[in-house]
Amino acid sequence: MPTDGLAVSQVTLRGIYKDYGPKRALSDVSLTLEKGQVLALLGENGAGKSTLLGVLALQIRPTRGQLLFDGQDVSELDGLWLRQNLSLLSHEPRCYADLTARENLLFFAQLYSVGASDSARQALVSDLLSRVGLSSAADRPSRTFSRGMVQRLAIARALVHRPGLLLLDEPYTGLDQEGVQLLSSLIAAERARGAIIVVISHDFEPLAALLDTAAVLRRGRLEATQRYEPGTCSRDQLLSLYTRAAERKTARSA
Amino acid sequence: MSLLGQVALLLWKDVRVEWRARELLYATMLFSAIIVLLFSFSFLGGAPPTVETMSGVLWVAIALSGMLGIGRSFEREREADTLRALLLAPIDRSALYLAKLLSITLLMLLTASVVVPGLLLLFGMKVGSGSSWLYFLALLGLGIIGFAAVASLFGASLGRARVREVLLPLLVYPLVVPALLAGARGCYGVLYGTAESLTDALRWIKFLLVFDSMAIILGLWLFEPLCAQE
Repeated sequence: MPTDGLAVSQVTLRGIYKDYGPKRALSDVSLTLEKGQVLALLGENGAGKSTLLGVLALQIRPTRGQLLFDGQDVSELDGLWLRQNLSLLSHEPRCYADLTARENLLFFAQLYSVGASDSARQALVSDLLSRVGLSSAADRPSRTFSRGMVQRLAIARALVHRPGLLLLDEPYTGLDQEGVQLLSSLIAAERARGAIIVVISHDFEPLAALLDTAAVLRRGRLEATQRYEPGTCSRDQLLSLYTRAAERKTARSA
Repeated sequence: MSLLGQVALLLWKDVRVEWRARELLYATMLFSAIIVLLFSFSFLGGAPPTVETMSGVLWVAIALSGMLGIGRSFEREREADTLRALLLAPIDRSALYLAKLLSITLLMLLTASVVVPGLLLLFGMKVGSGSSWLYFLALLGLGIIGFAAVASLFGASLGRARVREVLLPLLVYPLVVPALLAGARGCYGVLYGTAESLTDALRWIKFLLVFDSMAIILGLWLFEPLCAQE
């Protein structure tokens, strides 16, 4: 089984349903994501975006449907290999407040067996800290960080093992303008590396410049999917796609 | 990384976090000291406490303060959702369970290091010879491991359940009754100090060995299905 971060070249969701008791969170969601693709997942609050991300992150078991990595059902694949190849940036930072930024990243780097030696790991972590603009705060406990700095650390934590499938839930939250640009450049670098990236965001401006596919979820159903040439999509186009999907749904309901 | 390496890494992280925060350690030690002190007040001016009472106070203090530490330890992992980050990492879930078990055991042993001197000082507890101390420490250690083995499983698996702070003791205490009972009965035997009571204590040590083995095996078996997915 390959172990590098780019072992995954295709992820497929096939007829995914997720029910929480009587409430249906996802309904017949089918999608295929290819290597180097950036998918923006749009939708109102409660549309099922985070649930879908949870399914992709193997944290939520679908009620029905299949999740395939390179054509193979995840239930047939090695759990450790799968987890080595994916990363989720969620609403919570998932970092230890009493550890410094460096200690947090070193801990997660070790968990993911990143780096052949301690010195290689240290170098990688220092590089990552500098890429997210936290070099000067590297040896401070993250408890002392501002919201934006915690978010930068969380982004670094999500990238530390160079995942093949990167899942980002509202990654721009708490970031200042410089942070937004920095994150966009990190996502672009990950795409260039070949990672499959799924982003949930209500911040259309930076998102539009990065994506090549946008999908709109409404009440758990995939209402629209649109492909773009990378770098050609605008905020207005995203807004229009989002509105059209909403209107279609309303017309159907009527 | 080997299973042992993973356990060591996770344990080291827990120790380092606690060393920085000193939150659980101070809270549980202070709480256990207060329990011993409160019990000691009830004997002021009256008849001296019996060995049965001393053994009971010892295990009540350990069980109550241990639960306080365990609850907070898992709550800390939930606050920033780090428990999910660990569950998503490519490590053996058994390593996660064993590391939690060890860190809770360590915390409870440190709590016991406050309770035991408290009983020696305030209750005039006498353990006796070297072999009696050995039995006493074995009972303490094994009882605490049994308690931690059950608590680690439920502490992690309650996830984001509502009223989990109430659920945790409700689930754990009934299941650790055999360990607490064996610990209390065994310690009573040691404190009583006769050859017959020491033999009895040895039986309770053997019982705890079996209980701990079963609790750890079940914990390793159930941890993944209980924690893995929603």
